Amino acid sequence: MKNFLRSALGVVATCALAATALAADLKVGLSVSLSGPNASLGVPYAKGMQAAVAYRPEIGGRKVVLTVLDDASDPTTAGRNARKLIEEEKVDIIMGTSGVPAAIAMAQVSRETKTPMIGLTPIGLPPAEAEWLFTVAQPTPLMVNAVVEKMKANGVKTVAYIGFTDAWGDLVYDALLKATEPAGIKVVANERYARPDPSVTGQVLKIVALRPDAVMTGGAGTPGALPFLALQERGFKGGIYGNHGMINPDFLRVAGASASGAYLPTGPVIVADQLPANYPTRKASDDFRAAFLKVNGTPSTDAFSAYSFDGYLVFADAATRALATKAEPGTPAFRVALRDAIANTKEVVGTHGVYNFKAGNVYGVDERARVVVRVDNGTWKYVP
Amino acid sequence: MTPEVALILGIDGLANGAVYLLAGLGLVLIFSVTRVVFVPFGDVAAFAALSLAAFEAGRLPATIGLVATLAVLALAVEIRSLVVRGETRRIPRAALGWGVLPALPCLAAWAIAGRAVPATLQVAAAVALVVPIIPLVARVALQPIADASVLVLLIASLALHYLLSGLGLLFFGPEGSRTAPLAGGALSLGGFSVSGQVLLMVGASLVLSGLFFLAFERTVAGKALRATAINRIGARLVGIRPARTALLAYVCASLLAGLIGILVAPVTTMYYDSGFLIGLKAFVAAIIGGLVSYPLTALGAIAVGVVESFASFWSGALKDVIVFSLLIPVLLLRSFFSAHPDEEEEEIDE
Repeated sequence: MKNFLRSALGVVATCALAATALAADLKVGLSVSLSGPNASLGVPYAKGMQAAVAYRPEIGGRKVVLTVLDDASDPTTAGRNARKLIEEEKVDIIMGTSGVPAAIAMAQVSRETKTPMIGLTPIGLPPAEAEWLFTVAQPTPLMVNAVVEKMKANGVKTVAYIGFTDAWGDLVYDALLKATEPAGIKVVANERYARPDPSVTGQVLKIVALRPDAVMTGGAGTPGALPFLALQERGFKGGIYGNHGMINPDFLRVAGASASGAYLPTGPVIVADQLPANYPTRKASDDFRAAFLKVNGTPSTDAFSAYSFDGYLVFADAATRALATKAEPGTPAFRVALRDAIANTKEVVGTHGVYNFKAGNVYGVDERARVVVRVDNGTWKYVP
Repeated sequence: MTPEVALILGIDGLANGAVYLLAGLGLVLIFSVTRVVFVPFGDVAAFAALSLAAFEAGRLPATIGLVATLAVLALAVEIRSLVVRGETRRIPRAALGWGVLPALPCLAAWAIAGRAVPATLQVAAAVALVVPIIPLVARVALQPIADASVLVLLIASLALHYLLSGLGLLFFGPEGSRTAPLAGGALSLGGFSVSGQVLLMVGASLVLSGLFFLAFERTVAGKALRATAINRIGARLVGIRPARTALLAYVCASLLAGLIGILVAPVTTMYYDSGFLIGLKAFVAAIIGGLVSYPLTALGAIAVGVVESFASFWSGALKDVIVFSLLIPVLLLRSFFSAHPDEEEEEIDE
């Protein structure tokens, strides 16, 4: 698969080079997990990017050449891919990937080689190490804030937390603590479980005994469904709130009726067809879905392909401005111009949000990049 | 902690313990007959659960591909060993036993997948589908080294676990599944209810261990298993073939693993790799039983289940640490009170 892709794209790249020997093409390098445990994220990332390039095949009169490499869900391979893309394919920008550690490995190469990178996952790096890095994903606190606002609106005074024992559980818990304090909500419990645990009965009994108004869950994917099932079994009547790591059809399949009525934050693209017509990202989402359907033949239902699309839109906007500086693609000067252009991104409308990047901040989204959805009969329902 | 909470935790612990009990019996059975600590035991249980989930979703379980691949491998190994020994006339029989027999449950599964059939039939097909897995895996990887030391066998079985869970990821994918409860309803005990599924789990484990006991005490095959477990050379001298009894032990264990998978799938989300923890906790129970005693293993399993349940209440994050720490006092006590026959030397003599 990898070799086929590489050779196929290599041929495309060579043909493209031969055709336009005068004006250099814009080259985009994408490294995602097309195999391995993260393949369920990586495959949509790649499909979304292909849809994006088909949607805008030319930027400022220059053809865009996309090179896709497979990192096999391995951070070492991701770093090596980044180097290969930059040094052999001479790309102007790199984008990726499914896992955070792998994305950090790519970011380090991007910084070392002074090539801009648009991350497709939330990447936590100190500003000093992130001069060349931008990400289109939403930061976790932004998402957790959305559900805490919903809690406040629902009159919640006390909330119990149950989440993973790992970094994800900590991240959501920290965001919850920060958001609940100004909202006047008290966090009364911090229970943890491991991803492979068969049961959370003990933790849930402890939570139910505390009688909180609501429970916030810090899990992800199908293991994130466990507290929902246990709370339902124990007859918990308060509200249950989730996080964006659970926005996945498999979560709904496993949680079944127990997740009914739960509130979760997500990027607006997930419920794009339910958004009001004047919602800022509505049109971009519709365009994205049409482009995705045209290129891949199947409708897009996930959040990941939309991140790729947004990453490309941010790049396209910045590349137009970078080309205006008369720097030629493929040169170090162009990469600097491109980085500066991305860092000055103003109101670029994507599918997940409206992007405004500033130097010193890897994230570029605001409140428009998240909506709260309620689980209703096994589907996501937009809650205005 | 209120009495009510303690009661809920106790019942939860009993249900967990019932599962560890069955897994512990399987582990002790395999170990005592073949000296293999069969690490991939839990993986097979997970495969049964995922097969049942596939049936319920109206899909063809990926287990068919797994069993077929293993059957081809086992058949190749068997034919090779027959050719090496110059017993080519026994090849048709080997083909029947290692090729056709494992294919039968695959055919049955293929016939019922995607059709509206009663739940009991789906359960039976899911269990039948995993029964060939342990014997086939053992034929390929363990039988050729059956006379190696316990340590070599342990390492081989550890490698098998990684292989099987890797294959599980390949065949079933990373997401988990739950199945519909086998027993609905709940039993009400003075304002306190116990779900039907929990009763089924405890009941099934009681009945199965009873059957186990009867089979060992009253049948020739069971006595042959016990004889092999006590003394392999002695058993061979009285006409019991170790390879045959080992095969029987593997089939029984595989059946147990299948039943475990079916019993736990409605109460926990099963992933391709969730079996490992079940196997590991059953191993703690088996260690409490010294890897030989069935009654002590059963007690150990209940203890592990209950401790796990209460530990999850006191400290969710440290639950597994507490459970596995049980091993330390048990091992200390056992080494104080048991004599030390030098097992390794004895094995080299064989």
